[in-house]
Amino acid sequence: MVRFIVRRLFQMAVVLVVLSILLFAWLKALPGGPVSAILGERATPARRAALEAALGLDQPVHVQYFRFVERALHGNFGASTGVLPGEDAFQVFLIRLPATIELSFFAILLAVALGIPLGYFAARRHGSPVDSGAVILSLIGVAVPVFFTAFLLKYYVAVQWNLLPVSGRQDASLDATRVTGLFVLDGILTQEYDAAWDAVLHLILPTLALATIPFAIIFRITRASVLDTLDADFVRTAEAKGLSTRVIRGRHVLRNAMLPVVTTIGLSLGGLLAGAILTETVFSFPGIGDAIAQGYRKRDYAVLQVLILASAAIYVVINLLVDIAYAIIDPRIRTR
Amino acid sequence: MGVDAYADRRKDRIDALAARSVDDSPGVSLIASAWRRLRRNPVFLLGLAITVSFVVLAVVSPWLAPYDPAANPLIDQVRPQSNPIPGPEPGFPLGADDRGRDLLSRLLVGSRQTLIVGVLATVFGLIGGLVLGTLAGALGGWVDSVVMRLVDVMLSIPSLLLAFTIGALAARPSQWTLIVAIATIQVPVFARLLRGTMLAQRHSDHVLAARALGVKPQAIVFRHMLPNAMGPVIVQATLVLAVAIIDAAALSFLGLGNPDDRQPEWGQMLGASQQYIYDHPHLAIYPALCIIVVALGFTLMGESLREALDPKSRR
Amino acid sequence: MSATLSLRDQASPTSGPLLSVQDLQVTFTRQGEESFHAVDGVSFDVHPGQTVGLVGESGCGKSVTSLAIMGLLPKRGNRVEGVATYDGVDLLSLPSKQMRDRRGRDIAMIFQDPLSSLNPVVPIGVQVTEVMERHRGLSRKEAMPKAQELLERVGIPDPKARLKNYPHQLSGGMRQRALIAMSLACSPRLLIADEPTTALDVTIQAQILALLKELVVDTGTALIMITHDLGVVAGLCDEVNVLYAGRIVERGDRHGLFGQPRHPYTHGLLSSIPRLDAPRGEQLNPIPGSVTDNLPWTSACAFAPRCPHALELCREVTPVWELEPGGRGLRCHNPMEPEEVGHE
Repeated sequence: MVRFIVRRLFQMAVVLVVLSILLFAWLKALPGGPVSAILGERATPARRAALEAALGLDQPVHVQYFRFVERALHGNFGASTGVLPGEDAFQVFLIRLPATIELSFFAILLAVALGIPLGYFAARRHGSPVDSGAVILSLIGVAVPVFFTAFLLKYYVAVQWNLLPVSGRQDASLDATRVTGLFVLDGILTQEYDAAWDAVLHLILPTLALATIPFAIIFRITRASVLDTLDADFVRTAEAKGLSTRVIRGRHVLRNAMLPVVTTIGLSLGGLLAGAILTETVFSFPGIGDAIAQGYRKRDYAVLQVLILASAAIYVVINLLVDIAYAIIDPRIRTR
Repeated sequence: MGVDAYADRRKDRIDALAARSVDDSPGVSLIASAWRRLRRNPVFLLGLAITVSFVVLAVVSPWLAPYDPAANPLIDQVRPQSNPIPGPEPGFPLGADDRGRDLLSRLLVGSRQTLIVGVLATVFGLIGGLVLGTLAGALGGWVDSVVMRLVDVMLSIPSLLLAFTIGALAARPSQWTLIVAIATIQVPVFARLLRGTMLAQRHSDHVLAARALGVKPQAIVFRHMLPNAMGPVIVQATLVLAVAIIDAAALSFLGLGNPDDRQPEWGQMLGASQQYIYDHPHLAIYPALCIIVVALGFTLMGESLREALDPKSRR
Repeated sequence: MSATLSLRDQASPTSGPLLSVQDLQVTFTRQGEESFHAVDGVSFDVHPGQTVGLVGESGCGKSVTSLAIMGLLPKRGNRVEGVATYDGVDLLSLPSKQMRDRRGRDIAMIFQDPLSSLNPVVPIGVQVTEVMERHRGLSRKEAMPKAQELLERVGIPDPKARLKNYPHQLSGGMRQRALIAMSLACSPRLLIADEPTTALDVTIQAQILALLKELVVDTGTALIMITHDLGVVAGLCDEVNVLYAGRIVERGDRHGLFGQPRHPYTHGLLSSIPRLDAPRGEQLNPIPGSVTDNLPWTSACAFAPRCPHALELCREVTPVWELEPGGRGLRCHNPMEPEEVGHE
């Protein structure tokens, strides 16, 4: 188990190194090169020249790369030019992170809480109208662009029927106390329950929109996995032992069927960020996704490079955690 | 029963058996049996119907559309202040867009660009994946390690963010930015898939047999391994087409699309409609519905293909 | 454990059969496809302590027969008719809840592939004790020592450590031993073994067969042995039933059946086994064709297309089941005469 984790950590380090090389190459390939990336496109020639020297752009490529890595390790990516002008790019990431964590958490929670039971239920009724209906619904869920789902929810629920807030994370007039930056948690910690409730209301629509894709994926994997497991020889053995339905479903079917689902949940967590770019943009939800979209529109490359590197790193770490979780629940890996 | 008659019967049997053994060769029987199952599968037929209609529409739409998608016959009715966009009226069943152009014509002609973007992105992604996956799977060793690390890194960036990063490299976004960006995010997917099937086959009996017979490595890869990998690749490509069309819309929505809208594309129309979305939601809803239906068509077809080709589901 | 079993054996009268299967029919129906008679009127008895073999090629209906008796066929897509009386109760008409109470307690089953038949994520110990928890009302703590005894009984070395192991940590033979231990956990009076050695190496096969034989003698359990391998049957079974296309075509005790096969199919099965004592250069005689080359039993002998002895009659009239004295039974229009049998 320890060897397994060490090996995965090593792989993770390799991935991060390759990622930094790609990011470095990307910066160099940007229209205008790294100087524009840091200063923005409208910087004065004098400042450009100064920075070029400071970055060592006259040095050989590998020296430039090591300087880039050094700056990255210090969190020094330059100042934001568009998203939060003047703010340090790494700070922008830290400011925007809690919103996306909060949104992703509720989205994945919703997707798991609905996807696994529904997938199990559909598999138990394989071939029934309920099953077929659920499968077709999940296929439609994947076919609808996330931002369109978000738009429909916003247009009807928030704008037309006026049931929920249209945008943002919290009503600014509440002037809530900040502790962690996770507004719902903050509200509970400071006992400002109206602030927590307001944050929840703001989260409902973005969560629904963001959860559609992971829900569809988790639902389908659960269904397929349960179907496979129901057909497995060891379930027949359990039946032949006359075990109670409860034991057969819990110990024999579910415990095995959940293995692929765990991996899927991990992959969905990474995929959430892609959805977050769209969802946060529609709901003007000030998270990382919204910052990425703005960073692109405003050509704020300092912010973009932090966010790309950080998102990839977060994704890699999540995958490591999922692999470890998988090893814990699957003895075939744990005891190897 | 005489001895000769018995001998004849045996010959018949052996012939029948031989015929069946040919039938049992993996490629033929797999496709044949898949087709038998698909022909009766309503989900597949629905997907096929949608897909075929979409392709036919994409081909004939320029002759079908009542107006030139770039012409703006209703421009004089567009009033930026009061009621900017003309609704349905005789000759214009869906009304016009924000520049007084016939919406129906634009939707019809838009199918063509949508198909082109989807197909080209998928084909480029497939070619990239084919090269990387075949190299990794067929050669193994350090080539495999290097290629797979690269693929892992590409997969470790959320797909839309990766497409975004690629798109940001273009000084001025165009149709090609979109195609290249979407193709790039499909490369690691196809590479993994092909490497997987190659690896599985490297130790399979038919490849070992070919190697034992002294067949050249290139010939083994191209004549034995690649053709066998085509089933999963075709399935994946069908599913990727749906994803490509949806992603193209998403990137257009985020401002990465083609700014030149004389040749309309659904994703671009959807993206452009954002400004007017609260006053004129139909400008978004029509292209969105087109995208959903077509993406669903490809998905239904791909999923039922996958199910039919999966030996496990052949009960 | 063996002591309690033999006591129970004495308590029940040994005269009547333990299990009596009468005219069992299993029909698979699939939407839009022709229904298929997997088992087409199979009848046989199993007496307490007796070992009965069901032999035939794959697809002859032998496994379906056992699954039907156990009530383990899928709920949809098939129809089971006939009677299977166990201890005076018809298992086939038993409500599924009561059948569940009997499975694992009165009748236990051993399957073909020990790896896939064991749950990969549950320790062996739990997989053994769960049967006792269910049927004998023991707690897991009480059942563990008994599970250890069982593993020891079936010849698993270091049973205490093995209880905590997962199936993938055991060898193929050990897994099958563990499965056998599970089946014996509640001292069932009938054991059904469905190709228990097919997935194993030859040397392990012999060990497992020896273990089964020993257990049958020690515990007095009746055994239904399902196999395509006549070698397995020859060493183990008191009575052998040969199945073809869902019907029993010949029955006899193993000496009679192997010494004097009357049905051309039985004869074919026997002569397709390589023999060490055959003269060099003699060819094997495989049965031509495959099980799919059948005629329907309704108006012919199903084996006729592959039968070297077939008459015109065989393709037109269904052969009837004829019981002969001494427990021999035969379903054939043109059986082999004793002089035809032997080396050709």
